Amino acid sequence: MEIQTTEKKKGGFFESLQNGPATDEFIKGLWRENPVFVQVLGMCPTLAVTNSAENALAMGLATLFVLIMSNLLVSSLRNFIPKQVRIATYILIIATCVTVADYAIQAYSLDLHKALGAFIALIVVNCLILGRAEAFASKNTVSKSFWDALGMGLGFTFALLCLGVVREIFGTGTLFGFPVLPGSFQSWIIMILPGGGLFTLAIWLLVFNGAKERKAKKARAL
Amino acid sequence: MFRAMVGIGILCALLIVVTYEFTLPIIKKNKTEALEKAVFKVLPGATKKITYKLNDDKSFEEFHQERQKEQLVYAGFDDDGKLVGLAIEASGQGFQDVLNILYGYSPESQTLIGFYVLESKETPGLGDKIEKDKAFLDNFSALDVSLEESLDALKNLVNPVKHGTKKNPWEIDCITGATISSKAIGKIIKESSQYWVPIIYNHKDSFKQ
Repeated sequence: MEIQTTEKKKGGFFESLQNGPATDEFIKGLWRENPVFVQVLGMCPTLAVTNSAENALAMGLATLFVLIMSNLLVSSLRNFIPKQVRIATYILIIATCVTVADYAIQAYSLDLHKALGAFIALIVVNCLILGRAEAFASKNTVSKSFWDALGMGLGFTFALLCLGVVREIFGTGTLFGFPVLPGSFQSWIIMILPGGGLFTLAIWLLVFNGAKERKAKKARAL
Repeated sequence: MFRAMVGIGILCALLIVVTYEFTLPIIKKNKTEALEKAVFKVLPGATKKITYKLNDDKSFEEFHQERQKEQLVYAGFDDDGKLVGLAIEASGQGFQDVLNILYGYSPESQTLIGFYVLESKETPGLGDKIEKDKAFLDNFSALDVSLEESLDALKNLVNPVKHGTKKNPWEIDCITGATISSKAIGKIIKESSQYWVPIIYNHKDSFKQ
């Protein structure tokens, strides 16, 4: 009798972990609907700030913070926001979150603020954030929106890191500022210029789409 | 509709105001600390700092209050109490936004002896080389700003030149890939040194411990 209950509980737990709505919202942003590699959203920061792994990570985390804040605010205010002016309202909310983030970072560490420089203001116009507000937070509960923002934000950070790591290694021969390639390596300047960003993004998209296609083929064969 | 929009507007404004008010003292403290650190960076060998205010009659006096709009310079002294030099703040238009810099001037050798970027929003990876590029920063280890015999103007104005063409000690070797940002630095220093160097040199005896 006792064993049965534990088994039932166990099954329930795993089931909720795999199929629970919260986890699903979280996982989908990381992989299945990755904002950069699948939705191809937020290309401006993706191409502009991924010339080093450190910049990519900082931008990803700042975006994650703003995304969570704006999703929470939008979803909790979703019944008050008039339909006709919702986009303007979302922009206002997002700009507020970015300003708050800007002050918070300045208060936390001026050096970090200096390193992020122009990126912070750029978050306002990141279409990923507006996209999640419009497509998800405006129609879902606060907790669901939180998981969605966390997943999407981490997925975005992951994608930015993918680009930043490759570009930094080939562009300057370092990773997070530490040299990883032998000194004789002639760094490819193009990799830290905008052109290199486009090349790297194209290669990553190729890899991801190739993987998706192989999976689809396998599914069809079964 | 209006009510909802005004409500959300007020909410957002409140949020910003609260954050601003809450973080302002912390940010101010951080900025003062950062400036303090920067002063010792641009004045190698200095261990003590005294702030001076420029009066309207071009004389200097010690300054200990909270800064409002005064024109300030920071004098750095070494362990023996000897004047190392003066740190001067300057700002001007960069590529993206206003650049805020600090540089060190030594009246004894009549050269600029250090340079540090306090605030910049230059393009990461390109324009921000002005903070990291070693060859560029080396320009400011001994940049000639000596005065004319009459002591009222610079003999040679600081001049930013294309990378690899620096011939004279008053020229700044710019960075390839950060042309606009490094030229902007050159222009800021040129204008600021033109103003400050004669004043400071002629009052160098007022900076004493």
